[in-house]
Amino acid sequence: MPRLSADTRHTVRLEVNGHLQESEAEPRMLLTDFLRHKLGLTGTHVGCEHGVCGACTIQIDGALARACLMLAVQADGASIRTVEGLAPEPGGLSILQEAFRRHHALQCGFCTAGILVSLDWYLREKPEPTEAELREFLSGHICRCTGYVPIVAAALDAAQRLREAKGSK
Amino acid sequence: MKPAPFDYLRAETLAEAHDALAAEGGDAAVLAGGQSLVPLLSMRMARPKVLLDIMHVEGLGGISREDNAIRVGASVRQADLLAWPELAKHQPLLAQALPWVGHWQTRARGTVCGSIALADPSAELPLCLLALGGEVTLSSAKGRRSVDAADFFTGVMSTARRDDELIEAASFPCRRAGEGFTFREFARRHGDFAIVACAAVATEKSVRLAIGGVADRPRMRDFDDPSDDALRDFAEGLDARGDLHATADYRRNLVRRLGRITMDEARRCRA
Repeated sequence: MPRLSADTRHTVRLEVNGHLQESEAEPRMLLTDFLRHKLGLTGTHVGCEHGVCGACTIQIDGALARACLMLAVQADGASIRTVEGLAPEPGGLSILQEAFRRHHALQCGFCTAGILVSLDWYLREKPEPTEAELREFLSGHICRCTGYVPIVAAALDAAQRLREAKGSK
Repeated sequence: MKPAPFDYLRAETLAEAHDALAAEGGDAAVLAGGQSLVPLLSMRMARPKVLLDIMHVEGLGGISREDNAIRVGASVRQADLLAWPELAKHQPLLAQALPWVGHWQTRARGTVCGSIALADPSAELPLCLLALGGEVTLSSAKGRRSVDAADFFTGVMSTARRDDELIEAASFPCRRAGEGFTFREFARRHGDFAIVACAAVATEKSVRLAIGGVADRPRMRDFDDPSDDALRDFAEGLDARGDLHATADYRRNLVRRLGRITMDEARRCRA
């Protein structure tokens, strides 16, 4: 069994938004810091850094995760999707991102990255959520501008448009 | 808010995990989903020399029915158990309680056995294990043993697990004919730590009420006569803690109110 020693940097290879990436991390390096400082992907925000606020939420191997509650070395070999991977092309927005813009579902924007990544996953799992279900789901995120009303409205709107887009294919 | 240095071991077999724990003992911390351990590391409330990642150990990932119990392996995530198609049929209490464990975003990573290993006094899964009379399977290089939930939780975040032992699985007894189950919780926000959590199991003759969030560990009592007086006696006898969220009195009062609702509902659910 390999032992990654505390005072050495170790190679971490993972797939991020469809691209293989590689850098080095000490065992104690959090995945948030690895994404931001090693890979330069600063879309994943660091709020509370102890798993409460949800700003650093990413998708890892198809499931949601708070990147600040993972070590970079734990993610070795994993496939990760961050907020940078949501837009269909440079300069474009996804249906969900477009809905957030239309509904002004952000004020300072700090929590937005995590909420978008979360909802991107949730609306695929549950294409027809009720408002109550959405609110319970969003309890995993904190918006300190307290702009929850437009966030919920944007999510409901996006859910409907995603269903229509799927139906028209 | 950055962890102190530690070595990282990724075990792939149970024997490797056992050997590492035998060698490192109390200097090692077992890392599963990490939803409680990683913040403890970041806040430096935990400073292990070695972190033993068990999520890649072969054979710890299954949910199965054995001896009329649901056996949940050490690397099964909370979201996986909640999504197990037979859960509501075989153990309605778990199906009711799991949505209260953290949030969607943390259940996707956190493990069932990890929550039991941590033994937070307000956690839902230790409470359910106790209410159902379940057990924990522990193993080490020396062998394997099972410990009843009633003996496993020994205090605030303390359990009967020895430093060289790994929790291999937790077993939750399946529902039996004629039993009714109800879970209720009071928290400031859905997914926050419970101020009081109640789990009730009703049978033809009695009702069991288990309480979390009040004392140093989950507590329970079997009521042949679930009267208000008996419930008050139970609530007054709990060594209730007060903190900035609620006083000890407030918690005892909640035990009486929410406990009443939970027990009555469980008796109605008997079918």
